[in-house]
Amino acid sequence: MDAVVVQDLIKIYGKDDVRAVDNVSFSVKPGELFGLIGPDGAGKTSIFRMLTTLLLPDGGSATVDGYDIVKDYKYIRNTVGYMPGRFSLYQDLTIEENLTFFATVFGTSIEENYHLIKDIYVQIERFKDRRAGKLSGGMKQKLALCCALIHKPTVLFLDEPTTGVDPVSRKEFWEMLKRLKQEGITIVVSTPYMDEATMCDRIALIQSGKILSIERPEVIVNAYADQLYAVKADHMYSLLKALNRFDHTINSYAYGEYAHASFRGPATEHEVVEFLTSQGLANIEMHRIAPTIEDCFIKLLKNS
Amino acid sequence: MRTIRFLLQKEFRQIFRNKIILAMIIVMPAIQLMILPLAADYEVKNINIAIVDNDRSTYSQRLISTITASGYFRLTGYNGSFKEAFQLMEQDDADLILEVPSGFEKNLIREDEQKMFIAVNAINGVKANLGGSYLSSIVKNFNKDIRLDLMPAKGVLQTPTIEIVSTNWFNNLLNYRVFMVPGILAILITMIGGFLSCLNIVKEKEVGTIEQINVTPIKKYNFILGKLIPFWVLGNVVFTIGLLISWLIYGIIPIGNIGVLYAFIAVYLLSVLGFGLLISTFCETQQQAMFIMFFFMMVFILLGGLFTSIDSMPMWAQAISKLNPVSYLISVMRMVILKGSSMKDILPHLGITFVFALVLNVLAVINYKKTS
Repeated sequence: MDAVVVQDLIKIYGKDDVRAVDNVSFSVKPGELFGLIGPDGAGKTSIFRMLTTLLLPDGGSATVDGYDIVKDYKYIRNTVGYMPGRFSLYQDLTIEENLTFFATVFGTSIEENYHLIKDIYVQIERFKDRRAGKLSGGMKQKLALCCALIHKPTVLFLDEPTTGVDPVSRKEFWEMLKRLKQEGITIVVSTPYMDEATMCDRIALIQSGKILSIERPEVIVNAYADQLYAVKADHMYSLLKALNRFDHTINSYAYGEYAHASFRGPATEHEVVEFLTSQGLANIEMHRIAPTIEDCFIKLLKNS
Repeated sequence: MRTIRFLLQKEFRQIFRNKIILAMIIVMPAIQLMILPLAADYEVKNINIAIVDNDRSTYSQRLISTITASGYFRLTGYNGSFKEAFQLMEQDDADLILEVPSGFEKNLIREDEQKMFIAVNAINGVKANLGGSYLSSIVKNFNKDIRLDLMPAKGVLQTPTIEIVSTNWFNNLLNYRVFMVPGILAILITMIGGFLSCLNIVKEKEVGTIEQINVTPIKKYNFILGKLIPFWVLGNVVFTIGLLISWLIYGIIPIGNIGVLYAFIAVYLLSVLGFGLLISTFCETQQQAMFIMFFFMMVFILLGGLFTSIDSMPMWAQAISKLNPVSYLISVMRMVILKGSSMKDILPHLGITFVFALVLNVLAVINYKKTS
């Protein structure tokens, strides 16, 4: 049985029928690290809030651990761990008090499940008498993860856990998630950072409440049919405009200091450079690259 | 039970850590009870009076000195014409103008009758009312004294008069403070109970902690009890501090049974906390909660019978005050503290307050949703 099964889930906000979640279906296998990847406002948080019984769906159904999110919400609240996107622990209680409080609320104790949080907790343990409100962003994140884990949940929901966290802490955080996976905990995580997608076992790319694709990250990347090029010239803006004008361009967009572009069959690298030169661009640099998840996402967006 | 214990532990920890709130809980009743009853005095003193003396006789001089000696009036003008005196009133330097007509003494003795004119500045209604009646009674007394002077040595008054002598029950000296202090204490308890419970829950919403609580197996009633009990206890603490202050500073000792008072407060706090709770279920931010609470508090206080007697309000206002929990508390406080009323006397008040508590809390629980 799958840990999370979502069937045609719908959430509508407001009077003008904004479909924040539009017929979303996916399932997560036990022990899987599943990522919901999409930009802000894609509907990730709404899905999380419905799965953690904080929000009632307007259509469709879903089960977590076999329990229905509407009928059996009481069971779900006992078994899942949820870490909201915004830090939601008591800022005026210390690290230890927060942890003890959430442990007792679930009828357990820190000692009982210490093995689960040990790796994370040791990093913040020396500040355990400090109030949560006085912690740095990274430490808050670790504390929130500890609190979500302290009752040994079967499914862990992490809503944008790495948003606003520095790159080093982000990396650390994903390492922690991998270790938790080995404990057999199913993890559903959302993030707006495409580069984090490769850390997941499977990802769902989501945009405007709709799922564009659900696959293993490498499959998504491999499915990118066209040859992608990184192009650079002395003038970025003119380069982008020129690429747009080129007859054989399938897709082109800015990507860091390069422009990424793909071209239809007949156009060779040589022809592209020639065209760009004819458009008055100089110092043209062009080479083949392997697509990233972000490239796939942009392509999917264009197709949909 | 275990859950409640931990919720309470958490709640008290947070309250004791919030130094400002804690100070407010202790200091607010102390300061307010020490200062407000002294300042908010119903007795009107220092009424500015301008006198237009057109007679300038011994009698008019005697009248003026009687007026100034009463202690209520301050002579701010002794003018030759009404016009001059009226200027003083326009500049707000005179609240009253007393015009003594020429021939005052002569007419009083010869004709046995004389009319005088009092002009009252009615911008401040209370001051105008009381000032006017103080002045009339002084003039009346002055009149009586003159009669006695003029009367034949052993004669009897020719005109029969009715003299009214009144005694003040339950507050012999008509001491204003004895009457105000219990009322102010009632307001304080309402504010502490209502505001704190309301803002506390809304704060959990605003900060987002309620989200984290909602995904736990904590039951609705556990969470609400965990919020009610701490503030119920605090309300009782504030009440006790208030009673101590009114005893130490004003020497007010409840004549009735103090147990009756606490029994009523116990139920009353439940209704106020329930009210705070109900408001909190409608609000998303502390700002909203604060404004809504202020709105109701103003209504409760002004229609609660603290400053103006409910019996003299128009019918519709009396009807509203029937739904005002504060009015029952103020009335019970005065009944028990000043009159020594027993449990039997306050039973109707207690019953109604209990109904308030029940209805408000049930509504709050129904309206508090863990899922939206």
